[in-house]
Amino acid sequence: MRRIKAKEIENKVCEAALKANFELRKDVLRSLGIARNKETVPIAGKMLDILIENAKIAKKEKLAICQDTGMVVVFCRIGSKAQIIGDINEAINNGIKTAYKRGFLRKSVVRDPLKRTNANTNTPCVIHYDIISGNKIKIAVMPKGFGSENSGAVKLFNPTATEAQIKEFIISKVKEAGSSACPPVVLGIGIGGTLDKAASLAKEALLRQIGSRNPKKHIALLEKEILYALNKTGIGPMGLGGKTTCLAVNILEYPTHIAGLPVCVNISCHALRSAEVII
Amino acid sequence: MQKLKEIELPITKEEIVRLRAGDEVLLSGIVFTARDQAHKRLCECIEANKPLPININNSVIYYCGPTPHKKGKPIGSCGPTTAKRMDEFTPVLLSRGLSAMIGKGSRSKEVISAIKKYKSVYFIAPAGAGAYLAKKVKEAKIAAYPKLGPEAIYRLKVKDFPAIVGIDSKGRNIYEN
Ligand code: SF4
Repeated sequence: MRRIKAKEIENKVCEAALKANFELRKDVLRSLGIARNKETVPIAGKMLDILIENAKIAKKEKLAICQDTGMVVVFCRIGSKAQIIGDINEAINNGIKTAYKRGFLRKSVVRDPLKRTNANTNTPCVIHYDIISGNKIKIAVMPKGFGSENSGAVKLFNPTATEAQIKEFIISKVKEAGSSACPPVVLGIGIGGTLDKAASLAKEALLRQIGSRNPKKHIALLEKEILYALNKTGIGPMGLGGKTTCLAVNILEYPTHIAGLPVCVNISCHALRSAEVII
Repeated sequence: MQKLKEIELPITKEEIVRLRAGDEVLLSGIVFTARDQAHKRLCECIEANKPLPININNSVIYYCGPTPHKKGKPIGSCGPTTAKRMDEFTPVLLSRGLSAMIGKGSRSKEVISAIKKYKSVYFIAPAGAGAYLAKKVKEAKIAAYPKLGPEAIYRLKVKDFPAIVGIDSKGRNIYEN
């Protein structure tokens, strides 16, 4: 067993939260650059230039990429040979609290979904735990903005639904969202499992590098087709028109029940922020 | 490519009617930030016939909840938030002389007809570029509702703040072009 102090986890989570908010992921920045070069609509090109410039300023001045610094989602994978000394839930939340205070990040979490008093700490975050092999802890911190979060959806299809129907559902959600999701978007899609499994897969899919493909050929093809179709919609950056509506479609799939076919699409704006640490 | 129009705020009615959906502008002058909770409070004031904490007449409202500012900087990251959440409150504010709004995304039919009726204009600012826009803000002061934190009303002095005319005074809408 390898012993890991909760305090160390707290510090690393804090670092990751700051990095995620100030430094746009390299793969996201790269894909914005690629899209910029391909874009032919002037206003769209200009918007992409602003986004690239924005990422530069944010990194240099340690300023939030976007003022909606999100509700934080944390994926915590704990090696079965790691022993945590202290309370890991508390450590992760304290790390986020410190980051949001120290980094001058906006506190957007309310204590109760109906009473709506601001917690003023941007906590609690949403934590997904998993056990993996080895003696390390891998933590991904993802601040998720709500313009795009509000645009996602789950649909529990019949098991006989066709791929075309799934595609249509996903494309319709991006169209409905329009400018509210701050396009160009990145889609995280979960297919299979149960309602909750599909939703957590969709979120996790957003962690996958832009440009990577699902290892299963037929799923990879579906990713490609959805991406192509979305970039034909003409929604464009900020919804002002253009070729660049979607930067990537990432699908994660899971076995499911004979009677069902859950599909969840989690939309991320172009400000797709996350940072990973390994302890 | 259209040429950029430079606009000094407060904007005059003559300038407003000359703007067309899709025009690119640079705004300089005073704007007030206000989002969900500030809108709710302003409209409650109007309904109760109480004086407003800010002068709405001829003013510009920016739908924005910035991140806290660091020492020595006027403001933190400060991009626009989704305008349609403010739709239910907007016609009342327009009837009180609000001249323009800045936000992101489309508006309701009711807002579009109020924009036409009161000859006002809705601008779109680049969304998710809050660090970039922070550079365009020269001064920021809390003007009302300090307890609301990021949702308070701030009086911002902006210089060359980039925006696009989303809905013009004739009701033309950039999202439907
Ligand atoms: S959807 Fe994303 S880019 Fe747009 S305002 Fe929210 S966090 Fe920022």
